[in-house]
Amino acid sequence: MQNRHALCMCIEKAMGVEVSDRVKVIRTIMDELQRIDSHILFFSCLAQDLGATTAFLYGFRDREKILDIFEETCGGRLILNYNTIGGVMADIHPNFQKRVKEFIPYMRKNINEYFDIFINNVIFQHRAKGIGTLTKEQCIAFGCTGGTGRAAGWHNDVRKRMPYAAYDRVQFNEVTRTEGDSYARVLVRMDEILESLNIIEQLIDNIPEGNYREKMKPIIKVPAGTYYTAVEGSRGEFGVLLESKGDKSPYRLHYRSTGLPLVAVMDTACKDHLLADLITIGGTVDYVVPDIDR
Amino acid sequence: MFDFQIVSTWLHGVLTGVMPEWAAILTESVLVALLIITLYAVFAIVLIYMERKICAFFQCRLGPMRVGKWGLLQVFSDVFKMLTKEIIEMRQSDRLLHNMAPFLVVAASMTTFACLPWNMGGHIIDFNVGVFFFLAIGSIGVVGILLAGWSSNNKYSLIGAMRSGAQIISYELSIGMVMLTMICLTGTMSFSEICQQQADYGWNILRGHVPAVLAFIIYLIAGNAECNRGPFDLPESESELTAGYHTEYSGMHFGYYYLAEYLNLFICAGMATTIFLGGWAPIYFPGLEGFNDVMAMIPGCVWFLGKTFFVVFLLMWERWTFPRLRIDQILSLEWKYLLPFTMVLLVVMALCVSLGLTF
Repeated sequence: MQNRHALCMCIEKAMGVEVSDRVKVIRTIMDELQRIDSHILFFSCLAQDLGATTAFLYGFRDREKILDIFEETCGGRLILNYNTIGGVMADIHPNFQKRVKEFIPYMRKNINEYFDIFINNVIFQHRAKGIGTLTKEQCIAFGCTGGTGRAAGWHNDVRKRMPYAAYDRVQFNEVTRTEGDSYARVLVRMDEILESLNIIEQLIDNIPEGNYREKMKPIIKVPAGTYYTAVEGSRGEFGVLLESKGDKSPYRLHYRSTGLPLVAVMDTACKDHLLADLITIGGTVDYVVPDIDR
Repeated sequence: MFDFQIVSTWLHGVLTGVMPEWAAILTESVLVALLIITLYAVFAIVLIYMERKICAFFQCRLGPMRVGKWGLLQVFSDVFKMLTKEIIEMRQSDRLLHNMAPFLVVAASMTTFACLPWNMGGHIIDFNVGVFFFLAIGSIGVVGILLAGWSSNNKYSLIGAMRSGAQIISYELSIGMVMLTMICLTGTMSFSEICQQQADYGWNILRGHVPAVLAFIIYLIAGNAECNRGPFDLPESESELTAGYHTEYSGMHFGYYYLAEYLNLFICAGMATTIFLGGWAPIYFPGLEGFNDVMAMIPGCVWFLGKTFFVVFLLMWERWTFPRLRIDQILSLEWKYLLPFTMVLLVVMALCVSLGLTF
């Protein structure tokens, strides 16, 4: 969802298409829902890798609620063909607002369960505190955007630096910490779930009326030039570089993946640690292997 | 209280009536061996099903439901599957050791299984140094694990086996100390006498109040580590070492390890039941004679199995809640925290007993 948002934003910026407010707000809400979904997956998979299978399933139980909301509006759970050039494919389902409003307090309550069963557990704290520390300079040098960089103190949130969609109208905090170890990375993402819930809460009642999709020509021709747009993906800055010579197909389309710098930093982060720490570090740095090779 | 000696003396009488003494004893030995093996298999099936259902309930799901009503036939089908799987031979492993290792683990496990006190008079192995014997035989399992890791010709299996070996021999110290603490209280190492005392005076955990409760908690932690389960299952943690020391085993050889792991859990719980919760002794409150008589009508094996399954539930609860500890944390927990604590606990219990502060 967030990735398609970046691509559509890039093409719309290149062509000079202005999308309606309704589209911007819907895209923001969907992005934030996907961010929560991704951070729950982060938590669950980290718990699973460290042996706490129950915490893993608690996370997935809550993730199902988001996936059901997605399925009702977008037609898919994980593969969401929702954003399109000029807007979104279809208007939001009539149940969408009600279900999201029910989800917000439910998630706020259940996050406490995650803390009780896993994050505040002394065993996990001993396995994560002080492990895999990355300094801010290392994060900047490698380009580790997203939660990993923010846990080290690098203020790299694209939603604050180059606001897009509806992010300039909502109040939210950019969650950063200074320690840069695995525990800080986990806490950053847990706090980001709460921030995303705040953003959705501010927007869900005031979705402005308007077009959900602009009329576009059947054959898209982007004017010649080089364009770059980035969004704050769940795992880092996801950028789209589009180079066009004015034809029907782009001359070059390149994605700046979120995962490649995170994988590159693993060797540095894992120095002088034990074999079992590889799991903790790999889990908290939060790369997705298919995302590396774009 | 139903005394199993009634049955065993009757059977001996019947057999000596039709055959000489040595043949009768031989027949009885074979019958007991078959009984042990059958019980071993039956309890494994029950435990595997119990684990899957209990872990499912902890995780807000249902567990196996399709194979048979409530998934009751699930474990049988798993056992059949395992029996029919091909045992993959590896080209460059130490063939003899590789094939022998599972049998060592299972043999140690079955021998300790036979030490448990099933009923009043229903003891299979009953020495006057029963606890000592139990600890000694339980240690043979470590040899099987180390052999498995070594003979697999796989460096990750070897790492897993070394970790497992180090962990088990470390936690055996804690278990030994805890058992010594309770032996201070009972004054005897023979299992039948320990249970008889608890039938007469009340369960050890109530008699020993504070030191006994602390010893029970430490036993739950150390017992989990002994069985390579729970928060201490790093040697076989799937996410890091595939399956640790039994990676290269398939089919029935792997089935033996699987079996032995569950039965070790049962034996560990059975031991906790014997020395803390009374073994086959019914619950006893001095003074409530009517209540005690009603409780004594329930046969000893029902008490024993009920208490053991309760402790198994506690151990499973512990496993499915906590994340895993790292190997250096496991070993430092034992050597720096549990061992000094158990030593102090032993002294405290000895003081309590000699000053007459126990019930």
